[in-house]
Amino acid sequence: MKEFFSNIRGAVVSTFVLAVVCCGLYPLIVFGISQTFFRDKANGSLILDPDGTARGSKLLGQGFADAKYFHPRPSAAGNGYDATSSGGSNLGPTSRKLNDAIKERLAAYRAENGLSESAPVPADAVTASGSGLDPHISLQNAELQIPRVVKARGVADEKVRELIRQNTNGRDFGVFGEPGVNVLQLNRALDQLH
Amino acid sequence: METSGWIQLAIFLIALALITKPMGLYLTQVLDPNGRTWFDPVLRPLERGTYRVMGVRPDQEHNWKQYTLAMLAFSLVGCVFTYAILRLQNLLPLNPQRFAAVNPDLAFNTAASFTTNTNWQNYGGESTMSYFSQMVGLAFHNFVSAATGIAIAAALVRAIARHSAQTIGNFWVDLVRVTYYVLLPICLVLAVFLVSQGMIQNFKPYTKATLVEPMKVQVEKKNDQGETIKGPDGKAITEEQTITEQSIVQGPMASQVAIKMLGTNGGGYVNANAADPFENPTPLSNLVQMLSIFAIGSGLTYYLGRMVKNQKHGWTVWAAMVTLFLGGVLLCWWAESSGNPIHQHLGVAAADGNMEGKEVRFGIFNSALFATVTTDASCGAVNSMHDSFTALGGLVPLFNIQLGEIIIGGTGAGLYGILVFVVLAVFIAGLMVGRTPEYLGKKIEAYDVKMAMLSLLILAISILGFSGWAIVSKWGLAGLNNGGPHGLSEILYAFSSGAGNNGSAFAGLSGNTPWYNTTLGLDMLFGRFLMIVPIMALAGSLVQKKVAPASAGTFPVHGGTFLILLLGTVILIGALNFLPALTLGPIVEHFLMQGGKLF
Repeated sequence: MKEFFSNIRGAVVSTFVLAVVCCGLYPLIVFGISQTFFRDKANGSLILDPDGTARGSKLLGQGFADAKYFHPRPSAAGNGYDATSSGGSNLGPTSRKLNDAIKERLAAYRAENGLSESAPVPADAVTASGSGLDPHISLQNAELQIPRVVKARGVADEKVRELIRQNTNGRDFGVFGEPGVNVLQLNRALDQLH
Repeated sequence: METSGWIQLAIFLIALALITKPMGLYLTQVLDPNGRTWFDPVLRPLERGTYRVMGVRPDQEHNWKQYTLAMLAFSLVGCVFTYAILRLQNLLPLNPQRFAAVNPDLAFNTAASFTTNTNWQNYGGESTMSYFSQMVGLAFHNFVSAATGIAIAAALVRAIARHSAQTIGNFWVDLVRVTYYVLLPICLVLAVFLVSQGMIQNFKPYTKATLVEPMKVQVEKKNDQGETIKGPDGKAITEEQTITEQSIVQGPMASQVAIKMLGTNGGGYVNANAADPFENPTPLSNLVQMLSIFAIGSGLTYYLGRMVKNQKHGWTVWAAMVTLFLGGVLLCWWAESSGNPIHQHLGVAAADGNMEGKEVRFGIFNSALFATVTTDASCGAVNSMHDSFTALGGLVPLFNIQLGEIIIGGTGAGLYGILVFVVLAVFIAGLMVGRTPEYLGKKIEAYDVKMAMLSLLILAISILGFSGWAIVSKWGLAGLNNGGPHGLSEILYAFSSGAGNNGSAFAGLSGNTPWYNTTLGLDMLFGRFLMIVPIMALAGSLVQKKVAPASAGTFPVHGGTFLILLLGTVILIGALNFLPALTLGPIVEHFLMQGGKLF
């Protein structure tokens, strides 16, 4: 027991020293380098209006419901796309609640995009993401929404497709991950057409 | 299971194999108090200064009891340190969101969780923790609990490598050297890389962004006491609200995420952990995060081979780990890309697999790979929600944890965990051929096997004991988010993750209650410290033994026979302990899912 207490002094001192180095010095150095070389990213990749108002982040999704916008995935973050309440539904494969939600979303998706009642729907369109802030939708999902957006906006189909291509994040190095369309950036680009 | 996935898996494996040797050689230098590294000119003075203020004589080695006591004292002080910071959060600086003090049971759970390298989180970081609590209270343990694990592993390896000796190194020297020479420099590079991918690193308050399209949502009506008001049908009454703003999280994230991965801690800066686009912005950041989870654990197998002067032994242990890893990835990937027949029957495209709880940028393969990596190691960070995996997809992370996280494993914890299995495998081999079991020339005797078994029993007893208790208790069932066998899986996963010091969750379980906070806190402390003490006693016994020269009857601890024996031991013990519980959870759920049963 005596030996244990003699260790406590070393433990207290080392806790203090290591905290100063690992929790003071280190994060401040990372802060300094990031703010010097990656200022925009280190501050949240914000999307700003010309007057400086923040409209969102390039990395975080937002909710959209109007027909003239591409619609993001369902979100379980707070009331939907609440960035201070990130998370998934955590509903399991045999959950009735999840089953009913997917059934409703399928019907809504097919109705708003003019699909037949038996048409298969891309999985990402009717399932909530892990973060609830997924900025992307799959290419197939975007494709199925094109006619609706074209009709609501009265713009050329080809113009919309071009904007989709511009706002698609491909695989990193052509290999890693999956391609996705950034919904917020795409919708901003559509708004700026007029 | 698309071609792109196979290519990514191959690249991941090659990269892992390539970093193993350099990392092992570097660890060998760092874990030798007189070892040399490139960073000596900068870090030597810092190291020496640290010893001076601590009053430590670096050349004075510890026996196993002294080493263990120093480690326990250090962990105790660190635990109290974090508890105090969380409880006093409202009075401390760097709290722009003005979060209140963390309540006592959650603060205990969190302090135990981070001290034990578990990082189980019964809170959402972005809505609970100030920047100071994250950066100092929590990130402190991300560094030192990882360093402690590596120190324990190094002490055990020294005990195997030395003979007729008493001492196994100096805890303080191992702790300081690992933190300064391994963790800090790698994290510095890693953190800056992560920022280049889009991760935040600042001290600003959260940014208010005006939504491009205001969002109409149905919100449950609440009375003055904050309780939901229910209508005559018993359902909550809702009202429509228009949301016009999105509050964008800020803070010193990158510095914390780098060590969260490298140190296999896994505690997310935000609630969604590595699924959150800030915390894992791109597929490339995802790949680097997965590799950093495995980097040190993989390197330590090389360190083992180097230290015991039998490099083939190190590589055989590595091969056993990678075999189990591949089995897990393939099963999980297959299950998730097969998807959920219930949802496919409704009209969800079958080719897309199970996307509930997954991010588009990662897709099925990278979600399955990450889930396997994070639970093979004791990391516990998640880039997709395991709770929403298919039954067999969710079985993989759960069983990985229950095997003891010895598949690469946590920093240090993976190596000392697998060495327990190595001792048992050698023992079983000895029984089969009727010879006294030997490990690298040392006789394995009754005391050694008892200590090895003790450390394994702690894991099984903690997991099954606490889960059993929760299942028959009101407090246990009150936290469930899912019914049927999936509910059992949620509880089983929680206590497995706690005792295994993993920290990932079937996150639907509401663990932030006094009962869960306390039982899970104890579960984590048992799983860490009650496991380490017998392992250190084993080290104390091994270091004293004499080495007998190898003879024709010596059982080789490298090559195919030993590989199969080691794999068999791991799987057999894991299956015997946990198969009955798993049968009632994920396995029966798999068949119910095929039959379309809902709960």
